[in-house]
Amino acid sequence: MAIKVQDERLQPVGLWRRLLLRPELGSIAGLIVVFGFFAIVAGNSGFLTWAGTRNYLEVAAQLGILASAVALLMIAGEFDLSVSSMIGVAAISMAILANPSYGNLSLGLAILITLFFALGIGYLNGYLVLRTGLPSFIVTLAMMFILAGANIGFTKLITKLTIVSGLNDKIAADPIARLFTGELLGLPAAVWWWLGVTVVLSYVLLHTPFGNWIFGAGGDANAARNVGVPVSRVKITLFMLTAAMATLLATIQVMGLGSANVLQGQGKELEAIAASVIGGCLLTGGYGSVIGAGIGALILAIVQQGIVYTNIDLDWFKVMVGGMILGAVILNNYLRKLSMQVRR
Amino acid sequence: MKKLWLAFLLLMGMGLALAQQVRIVVVSHGQASDPFWSVVKNGVDAAARETGARVEYRAPETFDMVRMSQLIDAAVASRPNAIVVSIPDGKALERSIRAAVRAGIPVVSMNSGSDVAESLGVLVHVGQTEYEAGLGAGQRMKAAGVKNAICINQEVGNVALDLRCKGFFDGLGIKANVIPVKIGDPTGIRNAVAAALQKDPSIDGVLTLGPTAAEPVLQALEGRRGITFGTFDLSPAVLTALSQKRMAFAIDQQQWLQGYLPIIILNNYVKYGLLPANKVVMTGPGFVTPENAAQVVDLSKKGIR
Repeated sequence: MAIKVQDERLQPVGLWRRLLLRPELGSIAGLIVVFGFFAIVAGNSGFLTWAGTRNYLEVAAQLGILASAVALLMIAGEFDLSVSSMIGVAAISMAILANPSYGNLSLGLAILITLFFALGIGYLNGYLVLRTGLPSFIVTLAMMFILAGANIGFTKLITKLTIVSGLNDKIAADPIARLFTGELLGLPAAVWWWLGVTVVLSYVLLHTPFGNWIFGAGGDANAARNVGVPVSRVKITLFMLTAAMATLLATIQVMGLGSANVLQGQGKELEAIAASVIGGCLLTGGYGSVIGAGIGALILAIVQQGIVYTNIDLDWFKVMVGGMILGAVILNNYLRKLSMQVRR
Repeated sequence: MKKLWLAFLLLMGMGLALAQQVRIVVVSHGQASDPFWSVVKNGVDAAARETGARVEYRAPETFDMVRMSQLIDAAVASRPNAIVVSIPDGKALERSIRAAVRAGIPVVSMNSGSDVAESLGVLVHVGQTEYEAGLGAGQRMKAAGVKNAICINQEVGNVALDLRCKGFFDGLGIKANVIPVKIGDPTGIRNAVAAALQKDPSIDGVLTLGPTAAEPVLQALEGRRGITFGTFDLSPAVLTALSQKRMAFAIDQQQWLQGYLPIIILNNYVKYGLLPANKVVMTGPGFVTPENAAQVVDLSKKGIR
């Protein structure tokens, strides 16, 4: 009869403590608090129904798609503020390319050309950041203005307007559009894209060498370079990824609405960063989680849509959003400190 | 270079009988990206072409009154023959506009500010009175039997838009219920309206204050019966929805004229001292309904309506 002896060199770590070590934990706690709040305050006015759930899931999905890539970039130690303008540029670009009066290309081709263009912008962002050595915060802020301005300028030059519509017939006739507007099991395509993107990127981060490189590049770029991590390649790839995700988001919006407008995506860059930070990413890089960013996006969406179901005067809307962000991050930090103490 | 200039001046002198070129600066609060303002600017450009005046168009990047007053100050400092301004916030722009008037520069206001224009020394205001336009929308919905409505405001803080909502609820005679939304987030707008309708199924009227909000709301209302939906301002998609009877009305303030007329008025004033006697030249509200939408569609695609 063998008795299983615990190896005395290993400190036993219980399940609760192992959970505490996860970067997502704070955001899950935040999610429970926020959801509980709206369930109690607005539970009987439709927030808890299937339609209400769908409502905030769709908003969360659109932000989550963006936040998943932004989180990876933040873990690698960089920001991308130009994603907001990228959404508008991508939306207008595919709308003009596919519009019968201008480009008249098929939807698939219009989306593909737009994607390649976006990847080029993403590459340019990464190249400029690495080449100049300036903080990516500044470089991509400049790019945000440049793209937003160019978007207005070119759109007015070509169409004289700032809304490009007239895609509805094409969208109705083209099966490709169904990839972005269809439904599966009662949930809109955006939600499935979100789940897919989150699972894939989370797998890459946690179970592939590239994922280790991301942590390395954000933790200490020089040390990472010295052990052979291709830091430049990692960062440029991630800048291209954020531009690609901005394009995916723009595609979902344009296919759903049948028109594009130059303002699309405004403000999304900070929402994506907020979602990532709520989800456990550090502003200094080297730490964070893709799943956490998804949960962060869900928290923001629940606050944004949930408040409409409450009887709170909507004049106070932004106070609520800001308060919830602050609360979630404080909770997050507190739990992370706890987990750090556990580690010792 | 000097010779070229001389030759140029001679040619000008011979051709135009020494008519000096009138220089007008337009400062509006309309962001370049707003479809409504792109039509205003098209009107400005057309009038500039027709009069031969040199027109410079300026607007802040976001709805920012401080920035706008700085733009007006800069315009005054450049000593133009005349200035056109929009006045979304009379209190905030008062100092700058009075400074222009004191400097002897003729000022015409457009789009917003009909209530304060005269007191600030503005010669003529070209536009629609926002509160009355909202009131008209509310009365229209009341006549259609609407009992409970929401107003979707994409720019809370813009006095003109706040007045539209206020007039709307006064016209309906009900308590205000304004839903603030973000202009760059079509899905957020659509789902916010869906949420509001879910929370309160008795809502049977929706008013949006511009086409950027109207298009997502059309989607939110798809497949719902018994909701009267109207909007301020036109766009191709709004006109299509009108002709398909998915909307009850759109309030057309003919913003092309708000860009076009001030340039014409000021050009004549600077050259000949001529001025219309009206203090407010009304460009709206006109109502576009399913009956008369078809004729407007083509012009909207050209950026004129």
